[in-house]
Amino acid sequence: MRRLHVDPVTLDALREFGNIGAGHAATALSTLLSGRVKMSVTDARLCPFSEIVDVVGGGETIVAAVFIRIFGTISGNMFVLMSLPSADRLLERLLPAPRKAQEYTELEQSAIAEVGNILSGAYVAAISDLCGISLNQSIPAVAIDMAAALLDIGLMMSGDEENQAILISTSLVHDGNNIDAYFFLLPDLDGTEVLLDILRGKIRHG
Amino acid sequence: MVDEKEQIRIGIAEGAILATPGTLMTAGLGSCVGLVIYDDSRLLAGMVHIMLPESPHGRPSHPQKYADTGIAWLYERLMEHGASHAHLRAKYAGGSQMFQALQMEALRIGERNVRAVTMHLERLRIPVAGADVGGNVGRTVWFELPSRRYLIRTARGDERQI
Repeated sequence: MRRLHVDPVTLDALREFGNIGAGHAATALSTLLSGRVKMSVTDARLCPFSEIVDVVGGGETIVAAVFIRIFGTISGNMFVLMSLPSADRLLERLLPAPRKAQEYTELEQSAIAEVGNILSGAYVAAISDLCGISLNQSIPAVAIDMAAALLDIGLMMSGDEENQAILISTSLVHDGNNIDAYFFLLPDLDGTEVLLDILRGKIRHG
Repeated sequence: MVDEKEQIRIGIAEGAILATPGTLMTAGLGSCVGLVIYDDSRLLAGMVHIMLPESPHGRPSHPQKYADTGIAWLYERLMEHGASHAHLRAKYAGGSQMFQALQMEALRIGERNVRAVTMHLERLRIPVAGADVGGNVGRTVWFELPSRRYLIRTARGDERQI
């Protein structure tokens, strides 16, 4: 039986951990698009599966998702999720030709993947520096589909016996272009324990 | 309350039984499998939203999550509701690989889920009346009683029936 337990002090530390990662990602996004990027306070909690998809508006909401596998001292999955209007506005900024077809072209998908890659790279670099650990990331994979269908792969690697997972989420909003993106970090069940140990060590040693 | 039909929404790694006219529904299947087993001689069906092929140990607290324990759970509930084994049939959908670009073993879980479902149904000798699996699309599915229709809608707006 594996059941996750997280005390409030550790949750605070997880939140701070996510804030630092997302802060660097926000800087990367504002460099990429120029202009100001606002960042929400990071939410870190032990979350039942059903609530994880609610964060992005329910399981059937169609989103553009970039999936990045994180491995090293801590393993886990990162998702950068965008609503379709946001993805469209992002592509307008990045690509010369306006979007036509309803389906996303290969070029458009790889542009979305690259943005996900840059943002997650900034996030991962910041947290590996912070914790003094080594983290690597896979190449990004992109898909546009129902949120629940895209996230299930993350839930199956992070979920415990009670179908809960640690979710560290932050939303970024690019003011000028009205582009909003969610960052989801779902540490693997094994990765979660390592991560919590590292954070508890940091709390103890100040 | 005359024509009130039961609508049961099943979450990720959950399951339910329907023994009246109504609908069993689960939204956003990716690599997961939405399995229905029903009795074709009475008003009785059940659905599980399977996430992984195998339970890590014999008695998980949510048996519906795994193909092995989920199918056993569903079979036992149906038999408790008076199902006749000879009349049991199965329909299922799901098992996609949502992210194509990555060659990671873990991303092939959809395929493994489908294989596990097929194997456990064979082991219980429950014939498969219809399946819609694989590909790279998410699916929302409904199973209706009394029609026993299994409906599938994808994110691209395609609708199918098995």
